[in-house]
Amino acid sequence: MDIAIIVGLDVVSGIASLVLISAGLAVIFGMMKIINLAHGEFLMLGAYATVLSVSAGVNIWFAMLVIAPVFVGLVGMIVERCLIQFLYGRLVDSMLATWGLSLVIVGGTTMIFGNTIVGVSSPLGGFQVGAYQSSLYTPFLALMALLLMTAVFGVMRFTRAGLIARAVMQNPDMAATLGVNPARVYMATFGLGAAMSGLAGGLLAPIAGVVPTMGAAFIAKAFITVVGGGTSILWGLISASGLFGFINQIAAFLTTPVFGEVILFIAAIILIRLLPTGISGRFFKGRL
Amino acid sequence: MHLLNGMRGALIGAAIAAVAILTAPLYIDLFQIMQLTVFAAMAVLALSLGFIWGYGGILCFGQTSFFGLGAYAYAVAAINFGDSTPAIALAILVPVIFATLLGYFMIYGGISDVYLGVITLTVSLILFNLVNSTAGDFYKIGEARLGGFNGIPGVPTFNLPGDPSYILTPEQAWMVTGMALILVYLGLRVLIASSFGRIIVAIRENETRAALLGYDPRIYKLITFMIGGAIAGLAGALYVNWGAFVSPTIFALGLSAQIIIWVIIGGRGTLIGPVIGCLLLQWLVTEIGAQQAMDANFVLGAILIVFVLLVPKGIAPTLRDLAMSRLSRDTAPAPTADATAKVKT
Amino acid sequence: MSVPLLQTGGLTIRFGGVTAVDQVDFTLKEAELRCLIGPNGAGKSTFFKLLTGQLHPTEGHVHLRGQDISGARPHEIARLGVGIKTQVPNVFNAMTVQENLWIAARHKHTPAYATELTDQILSELRLTAIAHKEVGQLAHGQRQWVEIGTVLAGEPELILLDEPAAGMTHEEVERTAELIQDINRSRALVVVEHDMQFIKMIAKTVTVLHQGAVLIEDDVSRVLEDARVRDVYLGKGLAA
Repeated sequence: MDIAIIVGLDVVSGIASLVLISAGLAVIFGMMKIINLAHGEFLMLGAYATVLSVSAGVNIWFAMLVIAPVFVGLVGMIVERCLIQFLYGRLVDSMLATWGLSLVIVGGTTMIFGNTIVGVSSPLGGFQVGAYQSSLYTPFLALMALLLMTAVFGVMRFTRAGLIARAVMQNPDMAATLGVNPARVYMATFGLGAAMSGLAGGLLAPIAGVVPTMGAAFIAKAFITVVGGGTSILWGLISASGLFGFINQIAAFLTTPVFGEVILFIAAIILIRLLPTGISGRFFKGRL
Repeated sequence: MHLLNGMRGALIGAAIAAVAILTAPLYIDLFQIMQLTVFAAMAVLALSLGFIWGYGGILCFGQTSFFGLGAYAYAVAAINFGDSTPAIALAILVPVIFATLLGYFMIYGGISDVYLGVITLTVSLILFNLVNSTAGDFYKIGEARLGGFNGIPGVPTFNLPGDPSYILTPEQAWMVTGMALILVYLGLRVLIASSFGRIIVAIRENETRAALLGYDPRIYKLITFMIGGAIAGLAGALYVNWGAFVSPTIFALGLSAQIIIWVIIGGRGTLIGPVIGCLLLQWLVTEIGAQQAMDANFVLGAILIVFVLLVPKGIAPTLRDLAMSRLSRDTAPAPTADATAKVKT
Repeated sequence: MSVPLLQTGGLTIRFGGVTAVDQVDFTLKEAELRCLIGPNGAGKSTFFKLLTGQLHPTEGHVHLRGQDISGARPHEIARLGVGIKTQVPNVFNAMTVQENLWIAARHKHTPAYATELTDQILSELRLTAIAHKEVGQLAHGQRQWVEIGTVLAGEPELILLDEPAAGMTHEEVERTAELIQDINRSRALVVVEHDMQFIKMIAKTVTVLHQGAVLIEDDVSRVLEDARVRDVYLGKGLAA
């Protein structure tokens, strides 16, 4: 019984972490149809912002939940203005540019902070399920994922910005008819996506080794989730995170975490063979 | 006849390069020969992506997957058989099988370029994690321990076919690697000039039109992808032969990025471009490593961004276009060679 | 009566709530020349996409010489002898005119014969002078000719032409009409066109599509006098 609770918690935390690490990527993909290959580095920057703020004496909650997303969001907006905006309509080149950016950020961070692991300790303690020990941070992450998805839903459904976003997702030229400058929509999208990645990075800081190359450890899962989910930001992300988080955690429980990832990938590629536009391309077409 | 006419420049260039390769040990010291050997092995890898991306239009971000699988297949087979000849065959075969499976799911699924790039990149990331986790006695194939992040040391290098006791000297290994590069290059030139080559370029240009003429784009793309996997696998074997060692870093993201950069700066739609790009970048990375002032990733990333923004066609096609416009201004109509013969070098 | 070359029954495709092609029954005899007209958005190009496997019907069927090809993929249908010139020129831009045709000819023939056939068609279409120009650099009208040449080089038995005269000069339009009649001596064609002068030059039987459905199918002179056709074309210069 205890083991079932623990595995259940693992599944929930697996799904939650997929939501968190993929959300920023999903926003940019849903709106701009490009995969941001610097996504892992945005996570890493969020983690660094958190670690550095905490060591400068800032409260860890403030560092994770405010400083990390704001800082990385600003980075995202600058990147969009200085790089991505010159490549509109060239999807592949945009992706290649973000890949170059990814290398620049990794290299730059390494030059400044060195290639050593830094970190912060988890701000929450643990709890006991029978003979098993678990961290309170796990349910906290699940709560954050839930809050993030609720916020995305609320913004998309009830605000003017959300209306514009939905219009652009359906048809990029539609922004202009709503009287909005498409360039500003893309800048905001990239900034928002980056901020969400920064938030995820901040939340990961206490549980991951923070190094310049840490992004690589997360992007495989994030890519699979977003490609499997398709271009609908909310439902694509939730359905893919749910499916893949479940498969991944069960497979990881039965084998090893690495094989869990392999099985996750095999599941994803079979899914892609059946649904080339992802889950949302088939079942949530034109939805949020 | 027609084919050979278009290839004359390539054949002459290849002959000169072959002479240079075979005589290099006479005037270059062993350290540099070793350096050139790994450059040539990487250039073979560059050709594999230059072919499938530049001609087949297949945006593979994870060409290291096939390179690494080839390297590991070679290492495991060479340790078990004690003979490099079947190991080289397996270094080609294993990546081809993998490319067939992966390619089938992606190409027959009809996914977009963006998805294909991301999925192939993901494959290399996962292979990296997977091989990294194979430390310990449990992960053994025959005699060969995979060794996790430590990799496999002491891999037997190339021997004379049929005589495992005759191990090639470093100079001989250089000649084999250099000649392999030339043969792969010429083989691809012939392939591109053939009907198959023209059809894959046509599919790259307009998949719908090719299908409406009766060509099944999927099978042509899959075969292209498989050929790319085979060449990358061969490059993997050549690479292991150089260092007698293989580790999971062969699957790492950094190398995937480098291959892309070689092809981008050299130029898509040529074969010589990726080779030039590869040699330039390898030299540059070696220099940066020696200077230690800058991080190599930082420089590579900056180069990639600059080329995507400012020289999206790459060096070789840009030079070719310049030469062509000069030529057509100087003389009357442009030469009526076929498209593939535009790059003569 | 023998099996018709092409026959559709109840052919329908819907996109979301829009029915782009609606219950079309269409029959084409061997070696027949048929013109297909209708205002913009009547479903003509969509109908062609259904015939060539670029779209799959929601309902109904397409039979080619009695064989059901409703779910077949474009290359399979092309191999059965259906060639199409699409509305927007669909060519291999980075390749030369000669290469464009050669690729088409190569599908059925050896490389050497493909070259021969290509040269022959190039001279028939008076494209020899630009044979080694890159297609991407040609003017729209020339690209149309290249695509027509590419279709001919594939030696199809049924040729679908979607607006072959668009963007052509008056002289070129006349040549296109002659060419179509020439092709029709041995092969069947379906031609979609807006230019009524052009239709008058070539047409025998005309099918009119309106809002995805067949409005009328009759002899050209009767169709052009039909009041309903005038109505749907109102303001389209049909009377001219």
